[in-house]
Amino acid sequence: MQRVDLSALFLHSLALWFVAVGGPSTILPDFHRYIVEANQLMTSTDFAELYTLAQAAPGPNFMYVTLIGWHLAGWAGAVTMTIPVLIPATTLSLLVSHLNERYPNAPMGRVINRGLAPLTIGLMCASSTLLMRTVNHDWRGYLLTLVTVTFVLRTSCNPLWLLAAGALAGVLGWV
Amino acid sequence: MRPSTGSLSLKPIKAREASSRPTMEQTESTQAQVTRYRLFLTFSRITLSGFGGVMFWARRTLIERERWLTEKQFVELLTLAQLVPGPPGLNLTVMVGYRFGGWTGAAATVSGFLLWPCLVVIGMGVLYQHYGALPQVQRALAGMSIVAAALIFSNFIKLAKVLPRRWRPWLFAVLAFVGVGILRWPLFWVVGTLAPLALFAAWKEMR
Repeated sequence: MQRVDLSALFLHSLALWFVAVGGPSTILPDFHRYIVEANQLMTSTDFAELYTLAQAAPGPNFMYVTLIGWHLAGWAGAVTMTIPVLIPATTLSLLVSHLNERYPNAPMGRVINRGLAPLTIGLMCASSTLLMRTVNHDWRGYLLTLVTVTFVLRTSCNPLWLLAAGALAGVLGWV
Repeated sequence: MRPSTGSLSLKPIKAREASSRPTMEQTESTQAQVTRYRLFLTFSRITLSGFGGVMFWARRTLIERERWLTEKQFVELLTLAQLVPGPPGLNLTVMVGYRFGGWTGAAATVSGFLLWPCLVVIGMGVLYQHYGALPQVQRALAGMSIVAAALIFSNFIKLAKVLPRRWRPWLFAVLAFVGVGILRWPLFWVVGTLAPLALFAAWKEMR
Protein backbone atom coordinates (compact mmCIF):
# COMPACT_ATOMS: atom_id res chain seq x y z
CA MET A 1 0.00 0.00 0.00
CA GLN A 2 1.32 3.39 -0.95
CA ARG A 3 1.00 6.78 0.68
CA VAL A 4 -2.04 8.70 -0.51
CA ASP A 5 -1.48 11.83 -2.60
CA LEU A 6 -4.53 13.79 -1.49
CA SER A 7 -4.25 16.67 -3.94
CA ALA A 8 -4.02 14.28 -6.89
CA LEU A 9 -6.97 12.33 -5.51
CA PHE A 10 -8.94 15.56 -5.15
CA LEU A 11 -8.28 16.61 -8.76
CA HIS A 12 -9.05 13.18 -10.13
CA SER A 13 -12.29 13.04 -8.21
CA LEU A 14 -13.26 16.56 -9.27
CA ALA A 15 -12.71 15.73 -12.94
CA LEU A 16 -14.83 12.60 -12.56
CA TRP A 17 -17.79 14.37 -10.99
CA PHE A 18 -17.92 16.80 -13.87
CA VAL A 19 -18.46 13.90 -16.26
CA ALA A 20 -20.68 11.83 -13.93
CA VAL A 21 -23.50 11.50 -16.42
CA GLY A 22 -26.34 9.45 -14.99
CA GLY A 23 -25.28 9.65 -11.36
CA PRO A 24 -22.73 8.33 -8.91
CA SER A 25 -22.58 4.66 -9.87
CA THR A 26 -21.39 5.46 -13.39
CA ILE A 27 -18.00 6.75 -12.22
CA LEU A 28 -17.33 3.89 -9.84
CA PRO A 29 -15.18 1.97 -12.37
CA ASP A 30 -12.79 4.90 -12.62
CA PHE A 31 -12.46 5.33 -8.85
CA HIS A 32 -11.60 1.62 -8.83
CA ARG A 33 -9.10 2.07 -11.66
CA TYR A 34 -7.42 5.01 -9.95
CA ILE A 35 -7.47 3.82 -6.33
CA VAL A 36 -7.07 0.04 -6.69
CA GLU A 37 -5.38 -0.56 -10.04
CA ALA A 38 -3.19 2.46 -10.78
CA ASN A 39 -2.16 3.51 -7.27
CA GLN A 40 -2.82 0.35 -5.24
CA LEU A 41 -4.15 2.27 -2.27
CA MET A 42 -6.49 -0.57 -1.23
CA THR A 43 -7.50 -4.04 -2.36
CA SER A 44 -10.36 -4.63 -4.75
CA THR A 45 -12.25 -6.50 -2.03
CA ASP A 46 -11.90 -3.58 0.41
CA PHE A 47 -13.16 -1.26 -2.29
CA ALA A 48 -16.23 -3.41 -2.95
CA GLU A 49 -16.96 -3.83 0.77
CA LEU A 50 -16.72 -0.11 1.47
CA TYR A 51 -19.02 0.59 -1.46
CA THR A 52 -21.47 -1.97 -0.06
CA LEU A 53 -21.36 -0.58 3.50
CA ALA A 54 -22.20 2.88 2.21
CA GLN A 55 -25.22 1.49 0.37
CA ALA A 56 -26.56 0.30 3.73
CA ALA A 57 -26.29 3.80 5.22
CA PRO A 58 -29.10 6.36 5.08
CA GLY A 59 -28.72 9.24 2.66
CA PRO A 60 -27.71 9.65 -0.95
CA ASN A 61 -25.94 6.72 -2.57
CA PHE A 62 -22.75 8.56 -3.44
CA MET A 63 -21.55 8.42 0.16
CA TYR A 64 -19.28 5.54 -0.79
CA VAL A 65 -16.74 8.13 -1.89
CA THR A 66 -16.69 9.69 1.60
CA LEU A 67 -16.24 6.28 3.20
CA ILE A 68 -13.45 5.31 0.80
CA GLY A 69 -11.76 8.66 1.46
CA TRP A 70 -12.02 8.14 5.21
CA HIS A 71 -10.58 4.65 4.91
CA LEU A 72 -7.66 5.99 2.87
CA ALA A 73 -6.68 8.99 4.97
CA GLY A 74 -9.08 9.67 7.86
CA TRP A 75 -10.88 13.00 8.02
CA ALA A 76 -8.61 14.61 5.44
CA GLY A 77 -9.43 11.79 3.03
CA ALA A 78 -13.17 12.05 3.68
CA VAL A 79 -13.09 15.80 2.94
CA THR A 80 -10.88 15.26 -0.13
CA MET A 81 -13.39 12.86 -1.63
CA THR A 82 -16.56 14.74 -0.59
CA ILE A 83 -15.84 18.35 -1.63
CA PRO A 84 -15.45 17.44 -5.35
CA VAL A 85 -19.04 16.12 -5.35
CA LEU A 86 -20.30 19.54 -4.28
CA ILE A 87 -18.55 21.63 -6.91
CA PRO A 88 -20.40 20.50 -10.06
CA ALA A 89 -23.63 20.15 -8.06
CA THR A 90 -23.54 23.78 -6.98
CA THR A 91 -22.19 25.33 -10.18
CA LEU A 92 -23.70 23.27 -13.00
CA SER A 93 -27.12 22.63 -11.52
CA LEU A 94 -27.74 26.32 -10.85
CA LEU A 95 -26.37 27.24 -14.27
CA VAL A 96 -28.64 24.73 -15.98
CA SER A 97 -31.63 25.91 -13.95
CA HIS A 98 -31.00 29.49 -14.97
CA LEU A 99 -30.64 28.50 -18.62
CA ASN A 100 -33.83 26.51 -18.41
CA GLU A 101 -35.60 29.47 -16.88
CA ARG A 102 -34.42 31.80 -19.59
CA TYR A 103 -35.02 29.42 -22.50
CA PRO A 104 -37.89 27.26 -21.24
CA ASN A 105 -38.74 25.89 -24.66
CA ALA A 106 -35.22 24.99 -25.76
CA PRO A 107 -34.87 21.31 -26.63
CA MET A 108 -31.67 21.17 -24.56
CA GLY A 109 -33.13 18.86 -21.94
CA ARG A 110 -34.42 16.29 -24.37
CA VAL A 111 -31.21 16.33 -26.39
CA ILE A 112 -29.14 15.75 -23.23
CA ASN A 113 -31.46 13.00 -22.05
CA ARG A 114 -31.43 11.19 -25.33
CA GLY A 115 -27.77 11.73 -26.05
CA LEU A 116 -26.38 10.73 -22.68
CA ALA A 117 -28.70 7.85 -21.75
CA PRO A 118 -26.66 5.35 -23.80
CA LEU A 119 -23.45 6.41 -22.05
CA THR A 120 -25.10 5.98 -18.64
CA ILE A 121 -26.18 2.49 -19.64
CA GLY A 122 -22.74 1.48 -20.87
CA LEU A 123 -21.09 2.82 -17.71
CA MET A 124 -23.59 1.13 -15.38
CA CYS A 125 -22.85 -2.13 -17.14
CA ALA A 126 -19.11 -1.52 -16.61
CA SER A 127 -19.67 -0.73 -12.90
CA SER A 128 -21.75 -3.77 -12.19
CA THR A 129 -19.59 -6.27 -14.07
CA LEU A 130 -16.49 -4.88 -12.36
CA LEU A 131 -18.02 -5.30 -8.89
CA MET A 132 -19.52 -8.68 -9.72
CA ARG A 133 -16.15 -9.99 -10.85
CA THR A 134 -14.63 -8.80 -7.58
CA VAL A 135 -17.23 -10.18 -5.18
CA ASN A 136 -18.56 -13.35 -6.85
CA HIS A 137 -16.26 -16.30 -6.34
CA ASP A 138 -18.35 -19.22 -7.53
CA TRP A 139 -21.76 -20.26 -8.88
CA ARG A 140 -23.44 -19.64 -5.53
CA GLY A 141 -22.52 -15.97 -5.74
CA TYR A 142 -24.01 -15.73 -9.22
CA LEU A 143 -27.12 -17.52 -7.99
CA LEU A 144 -27.56 -14.81 -5.34
CA THR A 145 -26.97 -12.21 -8.07
CA LEU A 146 -29.71 -13.76 -10.15
CA VAL A 147 -32.14 -13.91 -7.21
CA THR A 148 -31.43 -10.25 -6.35
CA VAL A 149 -31.91 -9.06 -9.92
CA THR A 150 -35.18 -10.99 -10.17
CA PHE A 151 -36.44 -9.42 -6.93
CA VAL A 152 -35.53 -5.91 -8.04
CA LEU A 153 -37.14 -6.28 -11.45
CA ARG A 154 -40.27 -8.13 -10.31
CA THR A 155 -41.04 -6.49 -6.95
CA SER A 156 -40.69 -3.04 -5.45
CA CYS A 157 -39.00 -4.18 -2.29
CA ASN A 158 -36.59 -1.81 -0.53
CA PRO A 159 -32.97 -2.57 -1.46
CA LEU A 160 -32.08 -2.45 2.23
CA TRP A 161 -33.95 -5.73 2.79
CA LEU A 162 -32.05 -7.33 -0.06
CA LEU A 163 -28.75 -6.17 1.47
CA ALA A 164 -29.86 -7.64 4.81
CA ALA A 165 -30.77 -10.90 3.08
CA GLY A 166 -27.33 -10.91 1.46
CA ALA A 167 -25.67 -10.44 4.85
CA LEU A 168 -27.70 -13.31 6.26
CA ALA A 169 -26.84 -15.58 3.33
CA GLY A 170 -23.19 -14.70 3.94
CA VAL A 171 -23.29 -15.41 7.69
CA LEU A 172 -25.04 -18.74 7.05
CA GLY A 173 -22.24 -19.64 4.67
CA TRP A 174 -24.42 -19.95 1.58
CA VAL A 175 -22.25 -17.74 -0.59
CA MET B 1 -45.09 34.62 -19.91
CA ARG B 2 -46.71 31.23 -19.59
CA PRO B 3 -47.41 30.20 -16.02
CA SER B 4 -45.63 26.90 -16.49
CA THR B 5 -42.36 28.68 -17.15
CA GLY B 6 -42.77 30.78 -14.05
CA SER B 7 -43.19 27.69 -11.93
CA LEU B 8 -39.58 26.75 -12.51
CA SER B 9 -38.13 30.06 -11.47
CA LEU B 10 -35.09 29.50 -9.36
CA LYS B 11 -34.95 33.02 -8.04
CA PRO B 12 -35.56 33.25 -4.33
CA ILE B 13 -39.30 33.13 -3.86
CA LYS B 14 -39.88 36.64 -2.53
CA ALA B 15 -38.44 38.18 -5.67
CA ARG B 16 -40.93 36.40 -7.86
CA GLU B 17 -44.25 37.76 -8.84
CA ALA B 18 -46.70 36.32 -6.42
CA SER B 19 -50.17 34.99 -7.12
CA SER B 20 -49.32 33.55 -10.50
CA ARG B 21 -51.11 30.39 -9.46
CA PRO B 22 -54.08 30.89 -7.20
CA THR B 23 -54.92 27.19 -7.46
CA MET B 24 -51.65 26.07 -5.98
CA GLU B 25 -51.97 24.25 -2.72
CA GLN B 26 -49.36 26.21 -0.89
CA THR B 27 -49.78 29.84 -0.08
CA GLU B 28 -47.18 32.49 -0.70
CA SER B 29 -46.80 33.10 3.00
CA THR B 30 -45.61 29.58 3.74
CA GLN B 31 -43.11 29.85 0.89
CA ALA B 32 -41.65 33.13 2.02
CA GLN B 33 -41.26 32.08 5.63
CA VAL B 34 -38.87 29.18 5.16
CA THR B 35 -35.97 29.80 7.49
CA ARG B 36 -32.46 28.46 6.99
CA TYR B 37 -32.90 26.34 10.09
CA ARG B 38 -36.10 24.85 8.69
CA LEU B 39 -34.37 24.10 5.37
CA PHE B 40 -31.57 22.39 7.26
CA LEU B 41 -33.98 20.33 9.36
CA THR B 42 -36.16 19.34 6.42
CA PHE B 43 -33.23 18.06 4.38
CA SER B 44 -31.83 16.30 7.45
CA ARG B 45 -35.15 14.49 7.71
CA ILE B 46 -35.13 13.56 4.02
CA THR B 47 -31.62 12.21 4.07
CA LEU B 48 -32.03 10.28 7.33
CA SER B 49 -35.22 8.62 6.06
CA GLY B 50 -33.52 7.78 2.79
CA PHE B 51 -32.49 4.19 3.19
CA GLY B 52 -32.08 2.77 -0.29
CA GLY B 53 -32.59 6.06 -2.11
CA VAL B 54 -33.58 9.57 -1.11
CA MET B 55 -35.88 10.52 -3.98
CA PHE B 56 -38.94 8.82 -2.53
CA TRP B 57 -38.56 10.78 0.71
CA ALA B 58 -37.69 14.02 -1.03
CA ARG B 59 -40.92 13.76 -3.00
CA ARG B 60 -43.02 12.90 0.02
CA THR B 61 -41.49 15.55 2.27
CA LEU B 62 -41.36 18.45 -0.16
CA ILE B 63 -44.77 17.89 -1.74
CA GLU B 64 -46.95 16.31 0.93
CA ARG B 65 -45.44 17.23 4.26
CA GLU B 66 -44.00 20.70 3.77
CA ARG B 67 -45.97 21.63 0.65
CA TRP B 68 -43.12 23.70 -0.69
CA LEU B 69 -43.51 22.30 -4.19
CA THR B 70 -46.37 20.99 -6.26
CA GLU B 71 -46.07 17.59 -7.90
CA LYS B 72 -45.42 19.30 -11.24
CA GLN B 73 -42.73 21.61 -9.87
CA PHE B 74 -41.01 18.66 -8.22
CA VAL B 75 -40.96 16.68 -11.45
CA GLU B 76 -39.56 19.66 -13.34
CA LEU B 77 -36.78 20.19 -10.80
CA LEU B 78 -36.03 16.47 -10.75
CA THR B 79 -35.74 16.40 -14.54
CA LEU B 80 -33.17 19.18 -14.40
CA ALA B 81 -31.36 17.55 -11.49
CA GLN B 82 -30.96 14.41 -13.57
CA LEU B 83 -29.61 16.27 -16.57
CA VAL B 84 -26.72 17.77 -14.65
CA PRO B 85 -23.65 15.62 -13.98
CA GLY B 86 -23.34 14.38 -10.42
CA PRO B 87 -25.75 12.91 -7.91
CA PRO B 88 -29.37 13.84 -8.78
CA GLY B 89 -30.34 13.97 -5.10
CA LEU B 90 -27.65 16.52 -4.32
CA ASN B 91 -28.46 18.59 -7.41
CA LEU B 92 -32.10 18.70 -6.33
CA THR B 93 -31.05 19.70 -2.81
CA VAL B 94 -28.99 22.60 -4.15
CA MET B 95 -31.81 23.78 -6.43
CA VAL B 96 -34.48 23.67 -3.72
CA GLY B 97 -32.24 25.39 -1.18
CA TYR B 98 -31.35 28.13 -3.64
CA ARG B 99 -34.95 28.59 -4.63
CA PHE B 100 -36.14 29.09 -1.06
CA GLY B 101 -33.17 30.92 0.39
CA GLY B 102 -30.56 31.92 -2.16
CA TRP B 103 -26.97 30.88 -1.52
CA THR B 104 -27.34 30.57 2.24
CA GLY B 105 -30.48 28.52 1.70
CA ALA B 106 -28.53 26.16 -0.55
CA ALA B 107 -25.81 25.97 2.10
CA ALA B 108 -28.47 25.07 4.68
CA THR B 109 -30.08 22.31 2.61
CA VAL B 110 -26.74 20.83 1.54
CA SER B 111 -25.46 20.80 5.15
CA GLY B 112 -28.59 19.03 6.35
CA PHE B 113 -28.46 16.61 3.43
CA LEU B 114 -24.80 15.63 3.88
CA LEU B 115 -23.88 16.09 7.54
CA TRP B 116 -25.69 13.06 8.98
CA PRO B 117 -24.86 10.54 6.24
CA CYS B 118 -21.22 11.64 6.47
CA LEU B 119 -21.18 10.95 10.20
CA VAL B 120 -22.90 7.60 9.69
CA VAL B 121 -20.52 6.38 6.99
CA ILE B 122 -17.50 7.54 8.98
CA GLY B 123 -18.87 5.59 11.94
CA MET B 124 -19.09 2.62 9.59
CA GLY B 125 -15.50 3.26 8.52
CA VAL B 126 -14.37 3.13 12.16
CA LEU B 127 -16.24 -0.13 12.74
CA TYR B 128 -14.90 -1.58 9.49
CA GLN B 129 -11.32 -0.87 10.51
CA HIS B 130 -11.86 -2.47 13.92
CA TYR B 131 -14.08 -5.42 13.08
CA GLY B 132 -13.89 -5.78 9.30
CA ALA B 133 -11.45 -8.68 9.54
CA LEU B 134 -13.60 -10.83 11.85
CA PRO B 135 -14.72 -13.99 10.02
CA GLN B 136 -18.45 -13.48 10.69
CA VAL B 137 -18.28 -9.85 9.55
CA GLN B 138 -16.32 -10.89 6.48
CA ARG B 139 -18.99 -13.43 5.54
CA ALA B 140 -21.81 -10.94 6.05
CA LEU B 141 -20.00 -8.32 3.98
CA ALA B 142 -19.29 -10.85 1.25
CA GLY B 143 -23.00 -11.65 0.96
CA MET B 144 -24.00 -8.00 1.06
CA SER B 145 -21.44 -7.08 -1.59
CA ILE B 146 -22.90 -9.61 -4.00
CA VAL B 147 -26.31 -7.98 -3.50
CA ALA B 148 -24.87 -4.45 -3.88
CA ALA B 149 -23.26 -5.39 -7.20
CA ALA B 150 -26.49 -7.02 -8.33
CA LEU B 151 -28.39 -3.83 -7.48
CA ILE B 152 -26.31 -1.82 -9.95
CA PHE B 153 -26.75 -4.58 -12.51
CA SER B 154 -30.54 -4.42 -12.01
CA ASN B 155 -30.50 -0.67 -12.59
CA PHE B 156 -28.52 -1.28 -15.74
CA ILE B 157 -31.16 -3.75 -16.97
CA LYS B 158 -34.00 -1.37 -16.11
CA LEU B 159 -32.38 1.43 -18.13
CA ALA B 160 -31.34 -0.82 -21.00
CA LYS B 161 -34.90 -2.10 -21.40
CA VAL B 162 -36.16 1.38 -22.29
CA LEU B 163 -33.29 2.37 -24.59
CA PRO B 164 -34.66 2.64 -28.14
CA ARG B 165 -33.93 -0.39 -30.30
CA ARG B 166 -31.86 1.47 -32.84
CA TRP B 167 -28.23 0.98 -33.68
CA ARG B 168 -26.93 4.41 -32.72
CA PRO B 169 -27.84 4.53 -29.00
CA TRP B 170 -26.62 0.97 -28.57
CA LEU B 171 -23.38 1.75 -30.34
CA PHE B 172 -22.67 4.52 -27.83
CA ALA B 173 -23.62 2.25 -24.92
CA VAL B 174 -21.27 -0.47 -26.17
CA LEU B 175 -18.44 2.01 -26.79
CA ALA B 176 -18.76 3.42 -23.25
CA PHE B 177 -18.79 -0.10 -21.79
CA VAL B 178 -15.81 -1.31 -23.82
CA GLY B 179 -13.74 1.83 -23.19
CA VAL B 180 -14.31 1.96 -19.43
CA GLY B 181 -15.21 -1.63 -18.53
CA ILE B 182 -12.90 -3.68 -20.73
CA LEU B 183 -10.05 -1.52 -22.00
CA ARG B 184 -10.03 0.31 -18.62
CA TRP B 185 -9.31 3.65 -20.23
CA PRO B 186 -9.73 6.74 -18.01
CA LEU B 187 -13.44 7.51 -17.82
CA PHE B 188 -12.86 11.25 -18.09
CA TRP B 189 -11.48 10.89 -21.61
CA VAL B 190 -13.95 8.23 -22.69
CA VAL B 191 -16.95 10.31 -21.63
CA GLY B 192 -15.25 13.54 -22.73
CA THR B 193 -14.96 12.09 -26.25
CA LEU B 194 -18.23 10.19 -26.47
CA ALA B 195 -20.55 12.74 -24.81
CA PRO B 196 -20.15 15.50 -27.44
CA LEU B 197 -20.57 12.94 -30.24
CA ALA B 198 -23.63 11.40 -28.58
CA LEU B 199 -25.18 14.82 -27.97
CA PHE B 200 -24.52 15.87 -31.55
CA ALA B 201 -26.09 12.65 -32.85
CA ALA B 202 -29.16 13.13 -30.65
CA TRP B 203 -29.46 16.75 -31.74
CA LYS B 204 -29.27 15.83 -35.45
CA GLU B 205 -31.78 13.07 -34.95
CA MET B 206 -34.31 15.40 -33.35
CA ARG B 207 -34.16 18.16 -35.91
